[in-house]
Amino acid sequence: MQLKRKLTGALSLASCSLLGLPSAQAETPWDVETTIMYYGGEDGRVSALEPILRMKKEIHDDEFLTLKFTLDSLTGASATGAVPSDQPQTFSTPSGNSTYNVAPNETPLDPTFLDTRGQFTLGWDKPIERNLRRNLGFNVSKEYDFTSISGNASWTWDTNLKNTSYTLGGNIELDSIDPVGGAPLPLSSQNNTPILRDGDSKTKNVIDLLAGVTQIIDRSSLVQFNLSLSLADGYLTDPYKLVSRVDSTTGQPTDQIYENRPGSRQKIALFTRYKKQFGNRDIFNISYRFMVDDWGIDSNTIDANYRWRLDNGYYIQPGIRLYDQTAADFYRYFLLDTDTIPDNLTADYRLGELTSQTIGIKFGYSGSKNSTWSVRLERYMQSGESHPDVAVGQLINQDLYPDVDATIIQFSYGFQW
Amino acid sequence: MSASCSSLGVQPWERDLHAEPEMAMDADSLDLALDEHIYFSREASSGGQGFAGGGCGCN
Repeated sequence: MQLKRKLTGALSLASCSLLGLPSAQAETPWDVETTIMYYGGEDGRVSALEPILRMKKEIHDDEFLTLKFTLDSLTGASATGAVPSDQPQTFSTPSGNSTYNVAPNETPLDPTFLDTRGQFTLGWDKPIERNLRRNLGFNVSKEYDFTSISGNASWTWDTNLKNTSYTLGGNIELDSIDPVGGAPLPLSSQNNTPILRDGDSKTKNVIDLLAGVTQIIDRSSLVQFNLSLSLADGYLTDPYKLVSRVDSTTGQPTDQIYENRPGSRQKIALFTRYKKQFGNRDIFNISYRFMVDDWGIDSNTIDANYRWRLDNGYYIQPGIRLYDQTAADFYRYFLLDTDTIPDNLTADYRLGELTSQTIGIKFGYSGSKNSTWSVRLERYMQSGESHPDVAVGQLINQDLYPDVDATIIQFSYGFQW
Repeated sequence: MSASCSSLGVQPWERDLHAEPEMAMDADSLDLALDEHIYFSREASSGGQGFAGGGCGCN
């Protein structure tokens, strides 16, 4: 107990010193939230285990510090974008040092996929005037082939008896990409020996801007509208993704080339959320997002849940999410060997036309701030056009857009420290 | 917007329900963070609610 007190005191003093703040409220407890999520992809696809620790503390009157630590461990195989064939296929690993085989009629998956990501996030939320708050954030994330550093600032102005809040903010993210074996030369063949490279390290920068308004409607409901703009610039290509070139008659792959995406992307998103608490204290929560970008992708996302509050602090919360998107202009299932190779090209299923549904249920307890917990179980189902009209030869009988299904299990526990 | 919004809202003493953590727009923020990561790595859209912070390679 004494050790715990010393540790919490030391942590508070350290964080306050870091921010040049008085430590008058060093005895205020930390609100600690822990969670661990397992994402299990089916058919040998990627699985992930992701624990998060978040600690939040009131370091001064109405002034909060938040620390968040995330780990993310990935295993499994990732779809390369290459098409299946009724003949065995052999591919190079990303390093180019070895090969792997894909059985007839199987979707080519890169089995060498393995990664661990660590992330630290710092947030500092402070009132700077009677009706104005400032939130500063810093984030660093590191995995084997990817490093990301970002900083953000936002201001929230409350008006109309604090019934209306306007938010304005921006985020700058600097990323470094260090592909295994080096970045492949875009649109070059994987059959080159050695694989043609275009340098070892790449960078990209992302600027996000957000403007939003939150309005309390009445005693039990409120609504939020956000307009956000995201500008990405630099290396947006996935260095591990391929596009198959196929014989225009037989549909047999004749070559595998590395994809190439545009060097910039602009996204605009409109997001709205509505919350309503009913007379029985149940809470309905629904959000909608429309996103459009200059790659030709439009998407719609609806996410809703209903918190059914039971006696003694327990609750059950069913939820559903529906999503659809159009394909990027430069998405192709494959390229015929008679086609001219375009400047930008991808067969990454995530940039294709797709729909997804997530259904889930959460059961938890929030009756005491000293001990909250929940269990969440979800099922994610994604599908696209498996047999497009463009298929030729043997591809007509292949599944060119396999479903991506996954089960998600999450345990959370919160307490004060 | 301000003019139309001024007719909405509650008095300060009517905020009991809005003071509940579950009524905050960022309630269940760890769930939201995990969801954002899953969908960012499986679909082409992301963001809209705030700054996700710390992209990933997400192959």
